[in-house]
Amino acid sequence: MKGDFRFGKRHGAFLFTALLLAAIPFMGEPFYVRLASRILIYGLCALSLDLILGYGGMVSLGHAAFLGVGAYTTGILFHNGVQSVWIVWPAAVGMSGAAALVIGAISLRTAGVYFIMITLAFAQMIFYFCAGLEAYGGDDGMAMWSRNTFGGGLDLDSPVRLYYIILGALVVAFYLSRRLVDSRFGRVIRGIRENEGRMRSIGYPTFQYKLVCFVISGAAAGFAGVLLANLNGYISPALIHWTRSGEILVMVILGGMGTLIGPILGAACLLLAEEILSGFTQHWMIFLGPLLILVVLFGRGGLVGLATRGRYRG
Amino acid sequence: MNASLLIVQTLNGVQLGMMLFLMSAGLTLVFGIMNLINLAHGSLYMLGAYFAATFQKMTGSFLLGVALALPAVVLVGILIEVAVLRRLYDHDHLDQVLATFAMILFFNELVSILWGPQAYFMALPEGLGGTVELLPGIRYPAYRLAILAAGGVVALGLWYFIMRTRVGMLIRAGAANREMVGALGVNIRLLFTLVFGLGAGLAGFAGMMAGPILSVEIGMGESILILTLVVIIIGGIGSVRGAFVAAILIGITDTVGRVMLPPALASMSIYILMAAVLFWRPQGLFPAAT
Repeated sequence: MKGDFRFGKRHGAFLFTALLLAAIPFMGEPFYVRLASRILIYGLCALSLDLILGYGGMVSLGHAAFLGVGAYTTGILFHNGVQSVWIVWPAAVGMSGAAALVIGAISLRTAGVYFIMITLAFAQMIFYFCAGLEAYGGDDGMAMWSRNTFGGGLDLDSPVRLYYIILGALVVAFYLSRRLVDSRFGRVIRGIRENEGRMRSIGYPTFQYKLVCFVISGAAAGFAGVLLANLNGYISPALIHWTRSGEILVMVILGGMGTLIGPILGAACLLLAEEILSGFTQHWMIFLGPLLILVVLFGRGGLVGLATRGRYRG
Repeated sequence: MNASLLIVQTLNGVQLGMMLFLMSAGLTLVFGIMNLINLAHGSLYMLGAYFAATFQKMTGSFLLGVALALPAVVLVGILIEVAVLRRLYDHDHLDQVLATFAMILFFNELVSILWGPQAYFMALPEGLGGTVELLPGIRYPAYRLAILAAGGVVALGLWYFIMRTRVGMLIRAGAANREMVGALGVNIRLLFTLVFGLGAGLAGFAGMMAGPILSVEIGMGESILILTLVVIIIGGIGSVRGAFVAAILIGITDTVGRVMLPPALASMSIYILMAAVLFWRPQGLFPAAT
């Protein structure tokens, strides 16, 4: 990808998948559109986590916090009469980016286990903060009975239109992430993952690089939160519960961290498994748990690793 | 805000601190010695409560229930260690977080299959249902006093075991430098299985004590797990003394905060405390390896 663009196998696969996804509404089944919307939104969220986890080597157990900040900003603005996409979306992304800046600036002073725990602690803080917003439903959360609007009569109330917006957002995010990861910035981030001390010795301000990466990731997760609020029409603290952060982490690992397609595959797999298995038994988690343990113990590289057997490193 | 309420709340805080200490003592050692993050520690707490409640129902006696439930939890702990955790020692923290997170999902579902999804009732032990007058005008539930006493006794016993016995010495040495202890010819694997069994027993015991005052339900392990992790981080990973100080500190902050601060801020207070400690003392208050 150095200037001379050639249409390769990967671009073909990418185009094919995008077209396939774009065809889902033509199946004429609202249930599938809704499920696909959920998968793509969580795919976007998992993708944003992978930027810091897979490429930056920062294990965050509090990523749902940014999802929650994005969703809550959307909901709070809605209840104050602001529904315009042009105000709500930048505000929500800005708020989650700002949250990521503060959380990152403090958390990135630590490393290893302490980093995992402090990101968890911050997510809990935001969880309890949101649960304490009595004006906005407290523990119960708030409903959002109409979706954001673009103005000029164009709104997102049609599920199919919302689906295409979500799909478009994911494609753009995927493209931007690819550019980011392949850029000089991305190489520095990966260098820090491999050996931070060495990168610092060469003269890179590693803390600042990691912080910028953390903020980008948080802002992207916040945008996923905006989309999720629009899709569900309902925002509650359950969005920020720590098990949600765990699930997003599972999506990334299941799909294959350090790749861009992996997190999206992982999100699809987890949500589809939930949908299918819960049709057979309400106790489907009893199978998911051991399966995950096996993936961790033996499935290095997740689904992407399984499919390419190590040929492809993102 | 009157004085008697403050006294009662402080006692409640110390009592929560005792529970947290029982939970964190085992976890901090596992963390410190084997460098393993075990999120499933809360599941052992939950299992302890369910076992005790079941055995209590079968035998009709709280003490017998606890006596039967304790070895059962230790056994489950050892099974977990041998079957899964042992394979995770040389994996990175991320894998450990995931695998033990998966174990939480598994155990929650298992409990829901075996005991049903609704909360389970556990009766107060016979003879401890009333209240005790501590000071003129201040009454306190007898069972909560019993928890305080039991927690104190276990804490003392643990202190004696860790600081005054040979196995305890090996455990402390393991927390400070695992490779060195292994090189000196100590069977570090066996030592760890032992530590894990001990930790499982303590977590289960905490669950049994909590059973009659909180509801025995699915997910009860997760809320206390997060508090336990906070305790361990504040106390310093691998330090039992640090865990004790931090547990009491967190217990009192959380309980007294709920009376004195607005609700949202009160729930956040311990996390703010943890972030502050990590900011100024990234290794916790009492780092183990000094």
